[in-house]
Amino acid sequence: MTDEKITQIPDAQAIAEGAEVTKEMAAAYTGSTMDTDKMWIIMGPQHPFSHGLWTLKICADGEIVTDADPIVGYLHRGWEKEVENRTYTKIIPMADRLCYAASMTYTHLFCMTCEKALGIDVPEKTKYIRIVADEINRLQSHLMWLASVGTDFGNYTVFLWSTREREYWMDMNVRLCGARLTTNYPRIGGVRNDVFDIDCDLPNDEDHSRFLRDLVRCCDHFDKALWEIVGLVDNNSTFMSRMLGTGIITREQCANLGITGPAARGTGIDFDIRRDNPYDNYDQVDFDVPVINSGDSYARYMVRVEEMFQCTKIIRQCVQKIKALGRSAPYRLKVPSKIPAGRTFCTLEDPRGESMMYLHSDGTDHPYRLKVRSPIFVNVSASKPLLEGCRIADVPIIMAMIDMCLGETDR
Amino acid sequence: MAYRSIIDYVTANWGMDYTTYTGYPFGAGVENLPYLISLRIWECIGGAIAWLLDLLFPGAVTIDGYDIDVSAWLIDPYTCVIFALVIFMIVIFAVAFIAVLISLWEERKVLGRAMDRRGTMIGMWGFVQCVADGLKTFMKDNVHSTRIDKMTYWWTAALVIGTSVLIDCMVPLSGRWFVVNYDAGLIIIMGLYALAPFFILVSGWAQNNKYSLIGGIRAAEMMISYEVPMLIIIVTAALLAGSLNIGDIVAAQQDVWFVIPMCVGFVTFLICSTAEAERAPFDLAEAESELVEGWQTEYGGMKWGLIMLADYMRGAVSCGMIVILFFGGWQLPFIDLMQVCKDLGPNFFWVPIPEVVFLLKAWFAFFLMIMIRCGVARVRTDSILNLGWKVFMPLSVVNLLIVLALKVGGIY
Repeated sequence: MTDEKITQIPDAQAIAEGAEVTKEMAAAYTGSTMDTDKMWIIMGPQHPFSHGLWTLKICADGEIVTDADPIVGYLHRGWEKEVENRTYTKIIPMADRLCYAASMTYTHLFCMTCEKALGIDVPEKTKYIRIVADEINRLQSHLMWLASVGTDFGNYTVFLWSTREREYWMDMNVRLCGARLTTNYPRIGGVRNDVFDIDCDLPNDEDHSRFLRDLVRCCDHFDKALWEIVGLVDNNSTFMSRMLGTGIITREQCANLGITGPAARGTGIDFDIRRDNPYDNYDQVDFDVPVINSGDSYARYMVRVEEMFQCTKIIRQCVQKIKALGRSAPYRLKVPSKIPAGRTFCTLEDPRGESMMYLHSDGTDHPYRLKVRSPIFVNVSASKPLLEGCRIADVPIIMAMIDMCLGETDR
Repeated sequence: MAYRSIIDYVTANWGMDYTTYTGYPFGAGVENLPYLISLRIWECIGGAIAWLLDLLFPGAVTIDGYDIDVSAWLIDPYTCVIFALVIFMIVIFAVAFIAVLISLWEERKVLGRAMDRRGTMIGMWGFVQCVADGLKTFMKDNVHSTRIDKMTYWWTAALVIGTSVLIDCMVPLSGRWFVVNYDAGLIIIMGLYALAPFFILVSGWAQNNKYSLIGGIRAAEMMISYEVPMLIIIVTAALLAGSLNIGDIVAAQQDVWFVIPMCVGFVTFLICSTAEAERAPFDLAEAESELVEGWQTEYGGMKWGLIMLADYMRGAVSCGMIVILFFGGWQLPFIDLMQVCKDLGPNFFWVPIPEVVFLLKAWFAFFLMIMIRCGVARVRTDSILNLGWKVFMPLSVVNLLIVLALKVGGIY
C-alpha cells in the first residue's frame, strides 16, 4: 500500500498509533462492494464465435457484459462499385456472391429489380420455380444457422445432424442449377432452365420429372428429420437454459433499430414481405408466418425452426402448381439488354430479413448505381441492446440468433 | 561368467531374493506387476551388459574382487533399484499413454457414430489417427507471445501435466498392478486433483490474455465447487467399506457393487467427475465458442498436445474412480479373478484378467461420459455453480444419509 493511500484511510492516525482495525474502518476504505474494473474483450475478427470475418467488442464487468460494439467491414469487396462497370447479365453471378448461404435470394432480387425497371411480368411457371429455389435456399440457410448454433452451444451433434439434412437440399440445388453454393440460376425475365428438363424419364411427360418427385420426397424426409434435431434441442434443459430469457429485445427497440426477419418476428412484429407485400406468386401459396412475442433467443430460434416447416409446405404447393402448368408453359422471356433510365426499388424476404435493391439505371446496359440493403448490416447494430446484461458465455448464442452473414453485410 | 544376470548375481552373492528385498519401495513380497516388469527389463539389460563386458574383456572382470568398476556399479543392488525405478516410470507412462490413446479413440469413434459419421478412419478402425495427431503436435513449432510471464507460463503447464500424470499413477489397475498403496489412497487422489485449478488460475494470468484469464478463473471456481460433493461421496464409500484404501474398498464390493446402495451417489459422482475432468458439457474453462481455447489459448504445439493428453488422463482417472467406488474395481461378482489367474498355472499367473476387467469397466464409464457429451449443450458458469452447490451437494448428503441408514440398520 502506498503512502498516499494510507493517508486516505479514515482513522489512519489512530491505526498508526496502534488502534485495532475495525470492520467499519475497512469498509470506509474499500467501499461496501468489491471494486472491479471493466474489461474490453475484442472477439474477432478471427474468433470461433464470429461466423465470418467481423469483430465484436464487448465490455465485461466480471462475467457480465455491460457494453457491446460490433465492427464490420473486413470483407468489403466494393461490390456496389464493381457492378457499375458490368452489364446487367454479368451482375447475376456477382449477386450470388453477396450471400453464400442463400445465394438464390439475392440473384432473385436483382432479377426482380431489373424486371420491375423494364416493366415486364415473368411467366407464371417461372414465379413458382423461383419460389421453390428461394425456399430451398431458405432451408439451406436456416440449416446452416442451426448447425452453427450447435457449435456455439458446444454441441457438435446438432451441427452434424443439421449439415446432414442440409446436404439433401444441397443435392436438390445441384440438380436444379448444377451448383451447390453460387447458383447463377435466375435470369432477368425468367430462370436458366426448366425444372422439367432435369432428370426426366420420358420427354414431354411432366408427371415424370424426377426432380419434382424427389423434391417432395425431400420435404417428407425433412419434416421428420427436423423433428429429430428439434427434439434433441427442445427436450434438453441445457440448451433451453441457454436460450430462454437471454438476449431479450423489445418490439419498440426492434422497430427503432430497423431489425427485420426472424429476429423481428421473434419479438412479436407480425410482418413478412412474402405475405404482406407479396412478390412473385407468394399470394397464391398458403403458408403461415410464425410470430412469437417473447423476444429472447428462444423466440428467434423457434421462429426459424417453424419457418423451415413452412418452407416444405410452400415447396409442396409450388410443385403441384408447376406440375399443373406443365412442361409447355414458358419459363423465360427474351428481354432487352438495356434498361430505360429511371429508379427502381424492390424488396424481398431474405432468410435473414428484409433485403432491398435500389437500381438507378441510365438507359445503358449497365447500372448507374445499384444499392443493396442488407438485413444483417442493420440487425447487427442491435448488438448492444441484445448483449447488455448478459454473461460472456451467452454472447455466442445471442449473436448466433442474428445469423451473421458477412458477404452481404460488407458487400 | 557364471551369472546369467545381475539379479542372479545379487541373489547368489548377497543371499537375498529380490522379491523379498525390503529395500525396495513397495515392501517385501508384494506382487507389484509394474515393478516386477521393470525389474525384469533391468535384469535383461544388466545381463546383456555383463555378457558384453565378459565378451570384450575376458578374464579381466573379476566380480568378487570388484576389479571392474562398471560391472560392480551395475550389479550393486541399489543401482539396480534406481534403474528399475526409471524403467518403472517409463512402464507406467506407457500404460497411461496407451490407456489415454484408447480413451481418445473410443471418444472419437463413439462420438462419430452418435453424430451419424464414422469418426477417425486412419489405421486399424481409426486407431492410428490419435498417433498421427500426437506426432503432428510434436512436430509443431513452439510459438508463444513475447508478453507472457515466461517462467509462470512454462511451470504451470508442466505442473498441470505433471499432476495429471501423477494422479494417473495413483489409480491401480488391480490388486497387483499399482504404483502406490496408501491407506488414504482416495484422499490423495482428490488432493492431487485439487492442485490443478491453482496452476490453471496462475497459468491463465501468466499468458497475458483476457480469454486465458477468464478461462482460468472459471476453471478454478468450477473445480472448487465440484470437489465438495465428490469428497462427500468418497467418504460415503469409505464408510461402507470401512477404509479409505482403494484395495479395501474394492474388496468390500466382492458380491454387491456399491452402485446399488449408492445409486444417488453414482449419478452425482458421474456428473461431478465429468465436471472435475473439465469435459463437455462442463468444459467452460476452454469453451471454444466464446473463449477461443480458454486457459490453453496461448499454449501451442506439443505443450497443447500434452495438456490435451493430461485432460484425458484426468478423464481416465475419473473413470477409474467411478469403477473403484461403484463398479467393484477389478472384480467380477461371485468370481475370484485372482484365483482364476492362479489356477491357470505358474506360467499364466500374469495373464492380465483383472486388469482387463478393470479397464473394460473404466471404458464403459467413459462411454457414459461420451454419451453425456454428445447430447447436451455447454452449461453456463452460473448454472454450473448453482448445480454444484444447490443440487449435487444436497444429493451427496442424501447419499450419505442413505448409507448411514444402511449402516445403522446393519445391512452393511
